[in-house]
Amino acid sequence: MSGKSIVITSGKGGVGKTTTTANLGAALALEGNSVVLLDADIGLRNLDVVMGLENRIVYDLINVVEEVCTFRKALIKDKRIEGLYLMPAAQTKDKDAVKPEQMKKLIEDIKAEFDYVLIDCPAGIEQGFLNAISGADEAVIVVTPEISSVRDADRVVGLLDKKGNIPLSNMHMLVNRIRMDMVRKKEMLDVPDIEELLQIDVLGVVPDDESVIVSTNKGEPIVLSNKNSVAQAYRDAAGRLLGREIPFDDKHQNGFVGAVLRFFGLAE
Amino acid sequence: MFDLRKLFGLDIGSKNTAKERLRLVLIHDRATVSQQTIEAMKRDLIEVISHYLEIDTDELEFKMESQDEKVALVANIPIIDGKKGIKGA
Repeated sequence: MSGKSIVITSGKGGVGKTTTTANLGAALALEGNSVVLLDADIGLRNLDVVMGLENRIVYDLINVVEEVCTFRKALIKDKRIEGLYLMPAAQTKDKDAVKPEQMKKLIEDIKAEFDYVLIDCPAGIEQGFLNAISGADEAVIVVTPEISSVRDADRVVGLLDKKGNIPLSNMHMLVNRIRMDMVRKKEMLDVPDIEELLQIDVLGVVPDDESVIVSTNKGEPIVLSNKNSVAQAYRDAAGRLLGREIPFDDKHQNGFVGAVLRFFGLAE
Repeated sequence: MFDLRKLFGLDIGSKNTAKERLRLVLIHDRATVSQQTIEAMKRDLIEVISHYLEIDTDELEFKMESQDEKVALVANIPIIDGKKGIKGA
């Protein structure tokens, strides 16, 4: 078996890479896939706390690369979701502790036994980024509807193509933290605007919602504990990764009906 | 300036400003070439031009310039003593 490796990246920090990695991975596992979430943010690991698995770390990615243990031994099994595993980053080393070739080999080894490897990429475009993208077949670029995030995403698209050998057709974007109330007032970039600027296909659109903060506080992926629009958006994105045709249904009710419903507080 | 679109309320909202600014920024970003590439290109160009003309390599200017929607490679290459400098003429 050979699985697929997908790097979750953005360039800009704080746009939701780790949350996206956790939720896409959990959603893929809930669909019956075996999934490894690999935290490539060495020195600043966070995927463990977002997943609520921080107390179970024994070995980390650097131990595996330095052959202190097998990759199997470093994997933490998520007891809530069948088939979901975490490979934690090292917290005490820096980003130069691993080389792109080592990362590539590790990901190849994992791919031989699992359906998906989702790589949580560090912010920035330096060595840590180059390590994280080196073993990836595909990329999900997380972008928020802000000038700085879209600009950085565009830079990352160029680098994924040049340095990561990931063709444009294997890049997808996930628009995060969109606020439909602002989009309607034309005070926020909309998905078609970002699509037009970046010229890559849209994998998912996740609304800005406080439930993300609540679930992160608890260390639970939102797709597991919640049935709201954020959870649905991540499930839909995972479905599209699996090759399903899932329409981007407009629950935000534009037009006259929407205006009436909003007036009575019945729609977003 | 008098703008019809604004008058009819078609161009309200900061999103259009953001999109327009981004469009220009991305054009410039995408055309950015690394300093190493510029230096390599400069070396090669000097070599080629030196086959035909005697040029002043100290006064040579070579840079990427961007204005509005266009990016240009601007080279200013002074020729030492025009007539005498033309080799093989």
